[in-house]
Amino acid sequence: MTEPTSVTTWNGGSVRLAEVPPLPIERFLAALEEAVTDGARVCSLFALPQEGGPLCLVAVLAFDDDGELAVFRSEPGVTAWPSLTLTCPQVHLFERELSEAWGLTPEGHPWLKPVRFAPPRRERGEPRPAAGVIDFYRVEGDEVHEVGVGPVHAGIIEPGHFRFQCHGEEVLHLELSLGYQHRGVERALVGGPNPRSLHYAQTLAGDTSVGHALAYCELLESLSACEVPARAQALRAIALELERLANHTGDLGALAGDIGFLPTASFCGRLRGDFLNLTAELCGSRFGRNFVRPGGVAFDLDAKRVSKLLERLERALSETREAVQLLWSAASVQVRFEETGILSQEDAVSLGVVGLAARASGLARDVRKDQPAGLYRFKQLTVPVLSVGDVYARARLRQLELERSGIFVRELLSALPPGPVKATVGPLSVQTLAVSLVEGWRGEICHVACTDAAGRFASYKVVDPSFHNWSALLLAMRGQQISDFPLCNKSFNLSYCGFDL
Amino acid sequence: MIEVLHTLSRLAMVSFLLRLLLHLAIAVSFPPLLLGIIGKVKAFFGGRVGPPVLQPYRDLLRLFRKGFVFSRTTTWVFRAGPVVGLITVALAMVLMPLGSHRAPLAFGGDVLVFAGLLGLGRFFTVAAALDTGSSFEGMGAAREATFSALAEPGLFLGLMVLVRHATGASLDLMLSTEGTARAWEATPGALVMVAVSFFALLLVENSRIPVDDPATHLELTMIHEVMVLDHSGPAFGLIQYGAALKLFVFASLVVNVAFPVTTGNPEADWVLFLGAVVALAMGVGVLESTMARLRLLHVPRLLVASSILSVFGIILGS
Repeated sequence: MTEPTSVTTWNGGSVRLAEVPPLPIERFLAALEEAVTDGARVCSLFALPQEGGPLCLVAVLAFDDDGELAVFRSEPGVTAWPSLTLTCPQVHLFERELSEAWGLTPEGHPWLKPVRFAPPRRERGEPRPAAGVIDFYRVEGDEVHEVGVGPVHAGIIEPGHFRFQCHGEEVLHLELSLGYQHRGVERALVGGPNPRSLHYAQTLAGDTSVGHALAYCELLESLSACEVPARAQALRAIALELERLANHTGDLGALAGDIGFLPTASFCGRLRGDFLNLTAELCGSRFGRNFVRPGGVAFDLDAKRVSKLLERLERALSETREAVQLLWSAASVQVRFEETGILSQEDAVSLGVVGLAARASGLARDVRKDQPAGLYRFKQLTVPVLSVGDVYARARLRQLELERSGIFVRELLSALPPGPVKATVGPLSVQTLAVSLVEGWRGEICHVACTDAAGRFASYKVVDPSFHNWSALLLAMRGQQISDFPLCNKSFNLSYCGFDL
Repeated sequence: MIEVLHTLSRLAMVSFLLRLLLHLAIAVSFPPLLLGIIGKVKAFFGGRVGPPVLQPYRDLLRLFRKGFVFSRTTTWVFRAGPVVGLITVALAMVLMPLGSHRAPLAFGGDVLVFAGLLGLGRFFTVAAALDTGSSFEGMGAAREATFSALAEPGLFLGLMVLVRHATGASLDLMLSTEGTARAWEATPGALVMVAVSFFALLLVENSRIPVDDPATHLELTMIHEVMVLDHSGPAFGLIQYGAALKLFVFASLVVNVAFPVTTGNPEADWVLFLGAVVALAMGVGVLESTMARLRLLHVPRLLVASSILSVFGIILGS
């Protein structure tokens, strides 16, 4: 029998770093490749500085069919390796990130460019390179033209630069440059946890406050072996699903707005606010800030507010249903949505696409089902999956998820378990690695923390679903009309700051 | 109309001039109201109160009070765009009869001048857009040029139906109530086709949904709006006003064909005509509120369909 190459854990689990066998870099890469061939997804890949300085690579892979996670670690002292991107495209951004942040060299990487235009981690005094100032992939030819959009956009959205290579109206290639909002959150979290850590976590992506806060809190609870009371877990799930409801509703409205379909655009814009107000009823913040706390939640719900919430939820859900129904009954909408921005299942698999975008392309990937943690271990959600992968599928899936989440929240609210809403979080275990996955409304949020000998964060790695999915948007745009870009973009609706960290 | 002036008595001349002034005053002051009405209808469908109907006038005032900002990369072509754009539409408006009120200026073959003026205005708008060197504006210019080339056959084919029953080849004779009423009597089916075809032209020429979305902020999807992104202040005001005037001209075109009703009383006819134009604007608002935009690739289909309708009109009318 060969000795194990990895340690198996699960969502919300933790492993002693010493138990993870350090593999020579060749074996580390071969093991990753083999696991990915077997159907694993790369959730996270990062460099972990060891005592004294040398780096080792750590990878967290998800085996969705088994509901397990595998942690791999290389021997310390890695500086270069033959790039894995060629055989395993889903690590392409991780390798670029390692190269940018730590000066490591994935040799033969086909497109080794900066990810966030951040100065290398070891040279703290270095001035930050100007974001987006770099060569882009170019298509040469007589009738080919280049269109650059951003970083300043016409709408109220985040900064990012898109570079289109077009032939007439057809997009041959699209490249994206982000990093304008790089704040260095991962670096700021090192040395924590401290009172600011939670704030850092929940502002990783402003529209996913609950999702990221939950991922952070589950990490702390895993590292301190804290058992979260059942009532708190139910309230957390309610907050997470309300976030999903608000964002999906807003997205459906925005999709309608992008094609100039007024009725749904106007109604969903307001209804998104109604769902946000439900979250405000829960905790006083429309975006769920400071609701999820390590060990539980900050506020309890009394019976009066529960019935008020239920009543308002019911009304918002039925109004949303009506507003969205208009989309499916207008032929002019269907013709715009269908066969626009198709992401093939093959591409989705090879890029490691997560969340809604994956489910619209026929991949039943959902952390709530595959790697359940917290309340989702006891209550299963049905996960709708569509196979076409076009804008229509992504829009339709949002509506289906609205229905499911609506029912789920209603069930939870009507039968809240009794008990306290907060437990105390003790000191963190030392030299331990913990992983937490949360299915935010965009998809899988992955936080991985390693603690040092004093029980502080030695490294904190965040992977927002946008990190995987931006590449999917770029692929889906190939061969599309450039005028359909806003629609495709909105159908993915990815986060810029979640990517920039 | 002007050549008959010298045969008129002094009193008749004064009354003629007064009517001309009223005609021009209405044609100059009414157009922005149409934009306000469309906006109000759209707001109603969206469950909002919406800006006041007179907001477009305030917007124009605001723009005219501002200063200019010109990019250093532009030349006189960029500055000429808005001016030529407005002048050409204004001249086209002079050739257009408004209901039973004859066009202030009419001569045989002014149909070609009408189309030529619109073409010239468009040429300068496109040239001004290209002058900025922006990739967005180049894209918008390409779209505008393509679509307007496809829109022109629809206009001419439709006018061919009308000219058969008119007493001469001027817009005035073809489109004033007298001319179209006669055509309706002869071939109602053909006129329905032409009216629908002209309505499609109105949507295309004025960048309305389903062809273009005048309210969008997404520069990659725009046609007309993206071409004027770099204009500012009074120059942009000229463009906005020109756009309103163009909408009014095309609305008159549609109303002349579709609603050739006269009471015999000039004042009542004004009310009737402007009422019909307002109703048409509301129709455009309703359409915009209930329909999504076409995919850009499908816009030519709409234009070809509009031309085909006019061809059917010719067949029915012959």
